[in-house]
Amino acid sequence: MTPTLADTATTIQSILQGWSISESLAMFLAAVIHVALVAGFFGLPAGIFIWAERKISGRIQDRLGPTRVGGKFGWLQAIADGGKLIQKEDLVPEDADGPLFRVAPYVVVVSSLAALMFLPFSDGWIAISLDIGLYLMLAVMSLEVIGVILAGYASGSKWALFGGMREAAQMVSYEIPMSICVVIPIITAGSLNLNEIGGLQSGHLGNWIIFHDPFSFLAFFVYFVCATASCKRAPFDLAEAESELVAGFLTEYSGFRWSFFFLAEYASMFTVCGIAVLLFLGGWHTGIPGLDGILDGPRYGSDAYVWTWLTNALGFGVFFGKASVLVCVQIWVRWTLPRLRIDQVMMTCLKYLVPISCVLFLGAVIWPLALSFSGKTTIWGTPTGERAAPTMRLESISSPADQSPTASTSNGETGP
Amino acid sequence: MNDQVLFWIFAILAGGGAIGVVILQDIVRMAFSLIISLGSTAGLFFLLDADFVAATQLLVYVGGTLVLLIFGVMLTASGPFRRIQMSSGETFVGAAVGLLFFSVIAFTVIDVEWETLDGSHSPVAAAATDETGSTSRAIGLRLVGIAADTEVGIHKDRGEKTGYLLPFEIVSVHLLVVLVGAAYLARAKRQETSEATGGDA
Repeated sequence: MTPTLADTATTIQSILQGWSISESLAMFLAAVIHVALVAGFFGLPAGIFIWAERKISGRIQDRLGPTRVGGKFGWLQAIADGGKLIQKEDLVPEDADGPLFRVAPYVVVVSSLAALMFLPFSDGWIAISLDIGLYLMLAVMSLEVIGVILAGYASGSKWALFGGMREAAQMVSYEIPMSICVVIPIITAGSLNLNEIGGLQSGHLGNWIIFHDPFSFLAFFVYFVCATASCKRAPFDLAEAESELVAGFLTEYSGFRWSFFFLAEYASMFTVCGIAVLLFLGGWHTGIPGLDGILDGPRYGSDAYVWTWLTNALGFGVFFGKASVLVCVQIWVRWTLPRLRIDQVMMTCLKYLVPISCVLFLGAVIWPLALSFSGKTTIWGTPTGERAAPTMRLESISSPADQSPTASTSNGETGP
Repeated sequence: MNDQVLFWIFAILAGGGAIGVVILQDIVRMAFSLIISLGSTAGLFFLLDADFVAATQLLVYVGGTLVLLIFGVMLTASGPFRRIQMSSGETFVGAAVGLLFFSVIAFTVIDVEWETLDGSHSPVAAAATDETGSTSRAIGLRLVGIAADTEVGIHKDRGEKTGYLLPFEIVSVHLLVVLVGAAYLARAKRQETSEATGGDA
């Protein structure tokens, strides 16, 4: 198993303890360092993508976009935006439910920040590596909707309430096809651990799960549509809907609380695109035949920590690049397509995306079965999961049972 | 020691949220208080290394059920139903029931001799001793009838082949039937109104 950031935390803790700091304080400081790292990944994509959104939308609309702040291309526009928003007055309307109105942005921010804890940025560069990482990530991301509903309700405004109700209906519906599409790479890879799924796609382009079978190829696009909807991006931005609802659930917000919603939106755009990259597009692997194998050599083999670190840093660059391309596609879609009506949004989900994703799921289950029946090996080869995962898993699970002799024999009888 | 600190934070939040549900008057604030309580319970599960149960708690209760609850509350909470005022009689009955239930739990907890219990006896912990909180494999194998905790000895004679997959599937199908039934009821009502007004559904 590759060392994860959690192991680094214990390293940092032991170093700090070497400086005669008490154990609990050292653990606290190590935790703070890691939280700062994850929070950096929360803020950095937001800053980059806000600038990218302004620039790309400008170009699409035949404008220049930001050109002044920080040089010719307006690099520092996001920071200027932040500075402006901090200075604004923090208003709470008279009809609003004060405490709920104030707490709603934090619910949104915390849930989208917490989802980043389970996202591997490169092999082992993951804050918490769990066997159920993906499951937990979806669970945490589904909490974001609570903040939006609360914001809509607590604002004490009809526009905001409409926005919140639309958001609730949309999110609850789109979670279903999204979850089903996420299951398809899981059954292909035979693991819920995002780090493991990413690691399995090494080698060449054909090892990416999107090219594993036709069903996972289609599942990627269905997932991407659902992910766009779950970030409430246009054409699914019914909760905001500037031309109908003023600004939807954001109508009564100003200043930094308003910007919290946007920080969370851009961070979760990055998160869902990161999940797409890990599940379908090869994670931190380049996909170039030969190059991945060369990189895997120093990544797993060498004793020198520096080489592992460097290859992982390169992997992080590849991962971030792929995810950024997907985010740019989301931006491109937002500024190209008109907004759907609410009934069209619900119809798209319940009448089309749910049945399509169910068919894809069934197909992905039957595919390896059909391959083994026909005895053919296609260009897609054997299912990725059969190569590495299940045997290894059963061994590791039976090892604690081996302690008692009766258990090991019974396992031998009933085991597959 | 750090686990202790986190335990007290989550325990106070879980208990405080539950009290908030009872004490608060505004129905949406009650729902938010319930979110805090259930979310902190998920945190307690994480502290116990039961990661799968904790994630399910977040996904099903906090992310699913409570969103629907708030959604329903938002649609129905208007005028007199937005605030809940209880008469003193109701308060007395509620407090009595709550106190009785609390005393049942309290006596049960007190009766257990915690010192004599060893942590390794719990079936989940036995499978997850090597890795902290990876219970999903044990649960998944248990579903298809492979016992990862046979040294506990409960199922020594008959149990190894009984999986929980069939009961799980039966319950799932039941839920699906309920879902289809609910959709059918909602749809029938929609058609009547559309016929009455002549608009399209």
